[in-house]
Amino acid sequence: MNTIRPKADVVIVGLGWCGSLIAEELTRAGLNVVAIERGPWFETATDFPPSVDTDELRWDTRRSMLLPPAVETTTFRNNRTQQALPTRDWNLNELGYNVGGSGTHWAGMAWRFLPFDFQPYSQTVARYGKQKIAEGLILQDWGVTYDELEPFYDRFEKIAGVSGKAGKLKGETIPEGNPFEGDRSSDYPLPPLEGMRLTDIFRDATKGMGLNPFMVPAGQASRAYVNPLGVRMGPCTYCGYCLYYGCGNFSKSSPNACVIPALMQRENFTVLTDSAVVRVNKAADGKTVTGVTYVDKNKKEWEQPAGIVVLSAFQMQNVRLLLLSKIGKPYDPVSKTGVVGRAYSFQTVSGASLFFEDENLNQYIGAGALSQQVDDYNGDNFDHSDKDFIGGAGILVVARGARPIGNADALPPGTPRWGKAWKQAYTHAFQNATFIFGQGTSFSHEDYYLDLDPEYVDDNGNPLLRVTFDYNDNDRRSAAFIMDRSVEIGKAMGAKTVIGTNSASGHYSPYNFASDHTIGGAVMGTDPKTSVLNRYQQSWDAHNLFVLGASSFPNNAGYNPTGTIGALSLWTAKAIIEQYLKNPGPLVKV
Amino acid sequence: MKRREFLTSFAALGVATSLPIARAEVVTGGQPWESGTASTPPAPPRQGGLQYLTQHEFDTVGAIAERFIPADELSISGKEAGCATFIDRQLAGDYGNAAALYRLGKFVKGTPEQGPQSPLTPAQRYRQGLAALDAYTQRQSGKPFVALPGAEQDRLLHAMEADALDLGPEVETKVLFELLLQNVREGFLSDPIYGGNKEMASWKMIGFPGARYDFRDLLSKKGQKLNIIPTSLIDNTL
Repeated sequence: MNTIRPKADVVIVGLGWCGSLIAEELTRAGLNVVAIERGPWFETATDFPPSVDTDELRWDTRRSMLLPPAVETTTFRNNRTQQALPTRDWNLNELGYNVGGSGTHWAGMAWRFLPFDFQPYSQTVARYGKQKIAEGLILQDWGVTYDELEPFYDRFEKIAGVSGKAGKLKGETIPEGNPFEGDRSSDYPLPPLEGMRLTDIFRDATKGMGLNPFMVPAGQASRAYVNPLGVRMGPCTYCGYCLYYGCGNFSKSSPNACVIPALMQRENFTVLTDSAVVRVNKAADGKTVTGVTYVDKNKKEWEQPAGIVVLSAFQMQNVRLLLLSKIGKPYDPVSKTGVVGRAYSFQTVSGASLFFEDENLNQYIGAGALSQQVDDYNGDNFDHSDKDFIGGAGILVVARGARPIGNADALPPGTPRWGKAWKQAYTHAFQNATFIFGQGTSFSHEDYYLDLDPEYVDDNGNPLLRVTFDYNDNDRRSAAFIMDRSVEIGKAMGAKTVIGTNSASGHYSPYNFASDHTIGGAVMGTDPKTSVLNRYQQSWDAHNLFVLGASSFPNNAGYNPTGTIGALSLWTAKAIIEQYLKNPGPLVKV
Repeated sequence: MKRREFLTSFAALGVATSLPIARAEVVTGGQPWESGTASTPPAPPRQGGLQYLTQHEFDTVGAIAERFIPADELSISGKEAGCATFIDRQLAGDYGNAAALYRLGKFVKGTPEQGPQSPLTPAQRYRQGLAALDAYTQRQSGKPFVALPGAEQDRLLHAMEADALDLGPEVETKVLFELLLQNVREGFLSDPIYGGNKEMASWKMIGFPGARYDFRDLLSKKGQKLNIIPTSLIDNTL
């Protein structure tokens, strides 16, 4: 039997970036908000102080901060003819498992997407015609434009304390910024991080090639900073322990450092930790939801009633919760109808491995997002008229901190993996091996989708999410093109050996480490037949249900998703406060 | 106001139970800082006896660590660095028991893209694999692996790496090899707090400064050889 908690104005499922950002807005607007987080309470000062943080085996190799597959994983297959099997071991899906979510352990690349990325369909058709879109590709506009989101990107960057340099500011192009970015209303709140030897070599080489390098916007504070919520951040110490680690220095942008300290002071905010939401409860009329049911760490079920439900768990968990709750029509790949689980996509990653002859790259010094990038081959920034694909990638080098165990196989081809020859090669390579990373757009395809697995269950006995995915031909062509560009750049950087790499050359596997930027499955859009959510991330099926996160993206961009999920969360918060509360109901009529 | 509340439900559980009281932890009205709850570095490995491996298994793992990472002018050997002790302690804990991995449902062999689908834990793989390796060498030469000359051990490890050694139907030889190589590297390259990397030998070898977290004073020395004396979490806890 359920035990029922007192009704809240809003219940938020998952307290990562999306959940904490919207909770901050809604509590400030006076609403009584309860957040339910599957993982435990995490605190910068106590859980990852500098004397605990710098431990590769614990955090990186053993992934101690992530959601263990033992608790919840997915099943996976490349196509519908295969049986999906559980992804039993650690893999590229890096779900958070604590207050702060994945925003605690992320690397910190705090991007805006390009204007093109929100309107890929209309912009592609306008420039090249409909025939440019490959058979089966799902290409649709998001229903929100870059210009509409700009103020919310701006707000997110100020809350997160992002370090960077504008490229397009109030209509002007700024030297050493990214000339391809959408127009900005203000510069980043903090100047870029210091460059490293690696980023300098990349900058000089790409400039020499006529490309436009710039420092990647970084969620590491380049200076001491107080954000608009009154929260203080300390200057980054370039320790290099960002991805998979907490930041003991209050320097890395995270919900824990930037939002939660302010949020916790609100009397109208409560967090329930160690509690997994298992379904959203539907009202008898079928038009609204009444709250959520969750299971605490002793497997006891509880109900949290609420006037508004916000799903802000990891992308895959949002989709799974909709399916478990039977909200919205699941996608059927045969009839190609239904929307929940449709338009699932990942990213292509291609690039190059570089081996220098006589460098001291000192790559243990750095930060998770300390990078130089060129966007000349990203999105629709270059003419695709003579290309057999759409999209592209941002191409970068990253000085994110090199560590001994993780780098032990970063060796020139043909090098033995053990024995004296390995020791000699690794001692040299630790200073001389690096890589170029081309993080690609990816467009969803009709053949690939998410649904519930018919056999395998999680530790609560509920069906796992089943992933059916492989790279499509557009992905493969785009990734191959980016690999070739990366090899050219690597040679121009003066590396002795340059080897092209391409995650999309074979079949997709969750064990082939590329990016972890999995997206879609509960996408926003303009038509309920092809989207789960309207342009405000409001469910078409239940108007008091909002779903935040990368599950909303109909396509992936050549960037990390966090800046965009942050901006979209703030956009949705404003719509709830200024429109929905006054007149509860669908915010978009069709 | 800073407080931590617990919701209890004695009624739902009944009174006669030894189970922990069902509770959702409720955090409200401030950040719940409590003394004594800080995460601390892992305790240094217990001295003394083995925790999982038998002495013979321990010696075999040490011999393999010696072949993977031989002593030379660059460093002491993997065996001398404590890799076998590291592996013994890891196998006795959550890692060895696959505590974090998904182990429900049917184990069905899938495509290479679908990854490992074995019910074996790392600890079980060691027990089974090392026994199979010994059985093989006993058949070939009448000796356990550990008693073979180094060159012969190398030959066998190369064959395992190439998946060209038949250790019987129960053993996935290539998987066993990759596990051994990964764990020996972990023992050699991780913080000494876990029992390997004695005196930070590997970090000195590759020029890794260890558990340091502030490099701002070195940012201006781009591209220079820095020769930083490494530090470990053990140093930090002294």
